[in-house]
Amino acid sequence: MLYFSSSKKILLLAICLLGFFLALPNFWNISLPFIPKQTINLGLDLRGGSYLLLEVDTNSIKKDKAQSLVEDIRSSLRKDKIKYIGLRVLPDGAEVKIQNNSKITDAKNIIESLNNSTSANIFNSRNSDEFSLDEEEGIFKVTLNENSLNEKYRLAVSQSIEIIRRRIDGLGVTEPSIQRQGNNRILLEVPGLDDPQRLKDLLGQTAKLNFRMVDTSISVGEAVRTRVPSRAEIISDSEGFEYLVMKKVLVSGERLVDAQASFDATTNSPVVNFRFDTVGGKYFAKATSGNVGKPFAIILDNEVISAPVIRSPILGGSGQIEGGFSVEEANNLAILLRAGALPAPLEILEEKTIGPGLGEDSIQSGKLATIVGLIGVLIFIILSYGRFGIYANFALILNIIMIIGILSLLQATLTLPGIAGIVLTIGMAVDSNVIIFERIRDEYFNGKSPFAAVESGYSKSFGTILDANITTLIASLVLFFLGTGPVKGFAVTLSIGIVTSVFTAFIVTRLIISIWLLKSKPNELSI
Amino acid sequence: MKTLKLVKKNTKIEFLKLRKLTTIFSIILCFLSFIFFLVFNLNFGIDFKGGTLIEVKSSSKINIGKVRESLSNLDLGDLQIQNFGSDSNILVRVEAQKAQNNSTSLGPITNELKSFGVIQRVEVVGPKISSELIQKGITAIIAAVSLMLFYIWLRFEWQFSLGAVLALMHDVIITIGIFSFFQIEFNLSIIAALLTIIGYSMNDTVVVYDRIRENLRKYKKLDLYELINNSINQTLSRTVLTSLTTLIALFSLYLLGGEVIKGFTLAMIIGVFIGTYSSTFIASQLLLYLGVKRDWSKNNNN
Repeated sequence: MLYFSSSKKILLLAICLLGFFLALPNFWNISLPFIPKQTINLGLDLRGGSYLLLEVDTNSIKKDKAQSLVEDIRSSLRKDKIKYIGLRVLPDGAEVKIQNNSKITDAKNIIESLNNSTSANIFNSRNSDEFSLDEEEGIFKVTLNENSLNEKYRLAVSQSIEIIRRRIDGLGVTEPSIQRQGNNRILLEVPGLDDPQRLKDLLGQTAKLNFRMVDTSISVGEAVRTRVPSRAEIISDSEGFEYLVMKKVLVSGERLVDAQASFDATTNSPVVNFRFDTVGGKYFAKATSGNVGKPFAIILDNEVISAPVIRSPILGGSGQIEGGFSVEEANNLAILLRAGALPAPLEILEEKTIGPGLGEDSIQSGKLATIVGLIGVLIFIILSYGRFGIYANFALILNIIMIIGILSLLQATLTLPGIAGIVLTIGMAVDSNVIIFERIRDEYFNGKSPFAAVESGYSKSFGTILDANITTLIASLVLFFLGTGPVKGFAVTLSIGIVTSVFTAFIVTRLIISIWLLKSKPNELSI
Repeated sequence: MKTLKLVKKNTKIEFLKLRKLTTIFSIILCFLSFIFFLVFNLNFGIDFKGGTLIEVKSSSKINIGKVRESLSNLDLGDLQIQNFGSDSNILVRVEAQKAQNNSTSLGPITNELKSFGVIQRVEVVGPKISSELIQKGITAIIAAVSLMLFYIWLRFEWQFSLGAVLALMHDVIITIGIFSFFQIEFNLSIIAALLTIIGYSMNDTVVVYDRIRENLRKYKKLDLYELINNSINQTLSRTVLTSLTTLIALFSLYLLGGEVIKGFTLAMIIGVFIGTYSSTFIASQLLLYLGVKRDWSKNNNN
């Protein structure tokens, strides 16, 4: 066990040096050739920033899908003049009863054709059906297909990520990280942002914008009292003022190509200027030309933001929204309109914000605790094992350098619990050396020569060290795979620390001790 | 060079003589832990209960009464305000709000608190996440214990495996009992601490078991009682030293590492004490009750 070939020595030295160089940039801010520049990534709890866990509301996607299915069924059955009753949305699809029994086969074909026409997706070969159709005594039950829905959810999450990215870019923050998590969740980390309120305002809206005419045939009050015309609906503004608005959409937000916050030339109040694409511009021109003198409503997420009267046809494809905004509201709206609408609402499941001051404090106290803990352990080990203690201490310091080196190499994130993991490793890493040295002591007192005692001390402790460290590693790996956020950071440093400690305590100290034994050939051991 | 020896050479303490006492002691502790848990429950943090936590730091003393007063008209429900580390830092905990999107209700609270100092951190955990975290935490502990059970069974005999896992459960139960009795906040990082305690305690137990196994092969005729006692004594020096170095590191972390990880470190310190106790007194004597296979060499020769 104590013999090391020269090639093995060189390899060990190379590994140690590699660890050293990888760790170097964290201590020494200098750029030299051959020296890596990657430093440890600090977690949000150490650098400050906002963390948001968002969930895409898949239920609303399902509901939208079921709703549009109902609309499709309605219009196709009407087109073919098939009489039906009880057409309604179900939690996972739709239902309709065909009145005339002789038309059931026709209806079946019509509904079936909706299925084929809407699921032409070459990427989804598993099951391309959008829904399954059951018929019993003229009642058709349409059930949305699980696979096809999941595909829609997946797409919605990807779209949401893209739109969130665009909205955040509008805020001008640096290096936000946006990741998909699980099936329908999005993890958002924005370093340096210490007040996420504006971010949350931006994410809290789906931002579906549309322009519709106001129904002026009767007043809102009258409509409420008597009957709301089927072509219109009542939508209120942020102050609760109600409007009777046509269901038909003149132009929707998808047609926008640009939106900018600005100030109105005459009133000097904040406004949002927008521009449509060519098609949108044409629709808008046509609609405004035919309705001069009538009011239309600008509706965002089912809330009227303004309902101006069309004074003259708007032909240039651009316009202005004046909704009594504050400067920030106008800016937000412009960002939202530029970024586009979310496919579904987002729910904030979890939110963490750490101010920059606290992060800095945590780094300082973490460093201090590490250094004090390290010095305490170093002193204790020297007192306990003398010369061997110095070797163990060398291994311990090397161990910490290697942990830092590996963390930098992997670009793993160091969190406050991660620092705790390093400190804990300092305490536990010497365990392997303690086990070995106790063995050497036993063997030496049992009458073995120094060389033989060290030799058998190492070989007999190997099994114990392996078992002891594998059990700890099991616990920390479980933590890694099931933990989230900061806890994961703890598991990362602890796992790395366990592996490196076996290397430094079992192999590196053995090399040093063997060199010492062969060189000075001691007659007795002080251990 | 003279070295410090905390455990003298040829130490021979009759650990197993105390086995009735320690068994009763441990059973009482586990029993009390159950009672505490049932009576006081755990002081769950917002990770598991849902809700909002806000830390405020000021340059001077913060009057908690005034903070409570200024927040009282916001109708927040259960409200906890306490000092955090020093009297110029406070921690405000608000129970999960009824509003569907609990982030919207945050604005008024932070606005009120801003008049008392700088907001250091805000954490909001929704009910969906908190129930998931509880589930994940329990899964993690069960997974860790089962994997250990399996690994020890693989490397040793089943008696060792069972003994080690019983000792582990003993450690976890008592740690939870202590958290319940002192109503120390139980949050996600405590789950991490529990898992680390499991790893640490197992580590300790494995070292003793390894020695027992080795002695079983070496001294085939030696009485099991004697053999286990010798093994504990032989590894005692290591047990004490490793516990001490770990405690040095942990105390440094507890005293200097800042308020945020105090709970975590405290759990670990408690765990190291219980883990060391259990691997010395409980895990080893369980082997005596469970009995072990003595004919290792025959098996190896065949």
